[in-house]
Amino acid sequence: MMRVASLVAALLMSLAVSVSFAAAIDPLPPLSGAQQEHYQQLISQLRCLVCQNQTIADSTAPLALDLREQVHRQIAEGRSDAQIRQYMTDRYGDFVLYKPQLKPRTILLWFGPFVLLALALITAVIFTRRSRRRPVPVAVDQQALQRLLSEEDGR
Amino acid sequence: MAEIGHFALILALGVAIAQTVLPVIGYLRRDSRWLAIGVSGAQTQFGLIVLAYAALTLAFIYNDFSLKYVEANSHSALPLIYRLSAVWGAHEGSLLLWVLMLTGWGFAVSLSSRRLPADIAALVLATMGSISVGFLLFMLFTSNPFERQFPVPLEGHDLNPLLQDPGLIIHPPTLYMGYVGLSVAFSFAIAALITGKLDVAWARWTRPWTTTAWLFLTMGITLGSWWAYNELGWGGWWFWDPVENASFMPWLVGTALIHSLAVTEKRGVLKSWTVLLAILAFSLSLLGTFLVRSGVLVSVHAFATDPARGVFILAFLTVVLGSALLLYAIRAPKLVSDGAVELMSREGLLLLNNVFLVAAAAAVLIGTLYPLVVDALGIGKISVGPPYFNSIFLPLMMPLAVLVGMSARVGWKQARLRDALWSLRWIALGSVICAVLLPFVLERSWAWMAILGTALAVWVMIGALLDVVHRVRARRDRWQGLRSIPSGTWGMTLAHLGLGFWIFGVTYASLFSVEKDVRLAPGQAAEIGAYTFTFQGTQHSEGVNYRADTGSVIVERNGRLISKLQPEKRLYPSQGSVMTESAVDHNPRRDLYVALGEPIGDQDWALRLYYKPFIRMVWFGGVLMFIGGIFAASDRRYRLARHARAAAASDATAAV
Repeated sequence: MMRVASLVAALLMSLAVSVSFAAAIDPLPPLSGAQQEHYQQLISQLRCLVCQNQTIADSTAPLALDLREQVHRQIAEGRSDAQIRQYMTDRYGDFVLYKPQLKPRTILLWFGPFVLLALALITAVIFTRRSRRRPVPVAVDQQALQRLLSEEDGR
Repeated sequence: MAEIGHFALILALGVAIAQTVLPVIGYLRRDSRWLAIGVSGAQTQFGLIVLAYAALTLAFIYNDFSLKYVEANSHSALPLIYRLSAVWGAHEGSLLLWVLMLTGWGFAVSLSSRRLPADIAALVLATMGSISVGFLLFMLFTSNPFERQFPVPLEGHDLNPLLQDPGLIIHPPTLYMGYVGLSVAFSFAIAALITGKLDVAWARWTRPWTTTAWLFLTMGITLGSWWAYNELGWGGWWFWDPVENASFMPWLVGTALIHSLAVTEKRGVLKSWTVLLAILAFSLSLLGTFLVRSGVLVSVHAFATDPARGVFILAFLTVVLGSALLLYAIRAPKLVSDGAVELMSREGLLLLNNVFLVAAAAAVLIGTLYPLVVDALGIGKISVGPPYFNSIFLPLMMPLAVLVGMSARVGWKQARLRDALWSLRWIALGSVICAVLLPFVLERSWAWMAILGTALAVWVMIGALLDVVHRVRARRDRWQGLRSIPSGTWGMTLAHLGLGFWIFGVTYASLFSVEKDVRLAPGQAAEIGAYTFTFQGTQHSEGVNYRADTGSVIVERNGRLISKLQPEKRLYPSQGSVMTESAVDHNPRRDLYVALGEPIGDQDWALRLYYKPFIRMVWFGGVLMFIGGIFAASDRRYRLARHARAAAASDATAAV
């Protein structure tokens, strides 16, 4: 199922029609306040599969319009966020989600940055601890040094 | 004419090779005559590239469609100003611009080379020459802008309409100045590794160059964001598009670099870390070039798709990064820092700032490359977009903002946590008060994100200003106190203020924006909050090289006229593409934004309306950082040709 879905996505990608940079504007019948917010949030997290890196909120492509209407209808029917996402991934694969789900193959994506941060913080703390043991630069009295050196030479 | 340009490129390649090889031989033989070739080479090369660039520009001015590149990106009806900017409107020309800037930076370094020891100057210029070799080879073999074609077409394909905007005239050159400018810091780092000399003087030479590159990068990103908002008509200012990320990563690491350079200059510590950052910052610039130019990413900006190019840049990136890191691995242990670094001190906080900035850059890198890697491994296709970046980026940036506010009140070497916290009491109080009041006063909201964002913004701003206040108070004559503040300190203050404004703008624009798609017949109105938008219909008109429908929308607030907005929808027949020209009424408080959609039925039109509070603060913050960069880079002490010893002595008087 997964493979088919990503194949479909790839196919759609290769068929990508000319890109339009016009804003996607379509007045759908108004939803209630909370539902409207949910709608806006959701369409800005779904990818327009035939576009160049655009959300379905931004795209003018017919597919994006279809998907917006789909999301709109499902929200109006009272379906939950998870249900709608599931519906989308069943049809189009993970590619449709701009916020990847936490899965084995996205573990590094979600935790990588924080693991790196933790390592860097630990390194910084260890570094500062160690740096205390470094010799402190001592201001050298140049004249005294010269005197000492010339005494050395004179001997 | 085009042949002259082509020939100049080939000659420049020869000169670049000489500029790379001969000074290194001079360094090994300790022969000053060979070393001097670096300077003359850099200057000759710059002259040749200027010639090539002029040749291509002339071809655009005279509509020489026998050049493939001109034909593909220009049109006889294209206004002259866009014919000039079309020179860098696509792949080949933007590479020429890249090389022009690279040799321009080299030229600038060569002019100031007398202030540097001969061996350092020669090695810096040789390193820059070697980068030039890579890019000239790339151009001549895969992306020659001077390629002719026969038969000569009568008309060109026209410039991508997306790029026919004043934004395009300045955005790419500014960004490239920044990208390429990081090569100077990189070259200084390589020179330091080769000679093994990295002292306070080195940091002092490197700082103004790095700050200058950084300020261009800052401005370039800000302009790009403003352009996207204005031109693309999506109403957003940052999309986490891979191409935006490609410029953001070097900016993050570059920001870390200018801070760690400050530590290296003031305290003589973090030397090898500074060098590593210089290498990474420029490598990320190259990676950005690779991502944009190879077409590995399919995104709004990537126009080029040719695998030969991608492979070349990837190979070049590998060679540059690989050899630099190898050199680093061998020589870095020689760069000994003396003295301790306490975590609770200004340098300690700057180290933490570096940790967060680099972690943020790593997060952007992971998010940008992850889909490519997953795809390449054949384990499916995933998308990584704004929701991911926002949720990862926020927790990394918030501690950074806390650090920025603290930094000015924490001294070098060592500070006691309790003293530091005590000296921050006014900042803390001020930001708590503002955080509780402002979101409610401005937007009638107690949303906790708004409170947090306001607190951080105010914390950063007061923190920035408090340093100036303390310096003024330190003198009996206030006016003299104000004048005694070095321009470097003003730079830091302005840049940090800019960060504060930026945080403020981002918080309010993202939390309180209202967006409405409406269908309106002429005479009908829609409302957002207290604002009423009345649609008055559209008019058809002909532009120079497009056809347009112009809508007319009257905006009123409580019955009082605010503005008359005229959003446009343009059809460019030469490429058959449609562009939205949104109309915006703006003031620092809010933007009212109207974009025209499609006609529906006989008379109705779809319109998108936006209310965006404080969105201008986002770019205003960027501009302040840019101006701060100018102040910092022009600090008097960089222009005085002082010796390293004098530099060390002045530590007590100068600021970051």
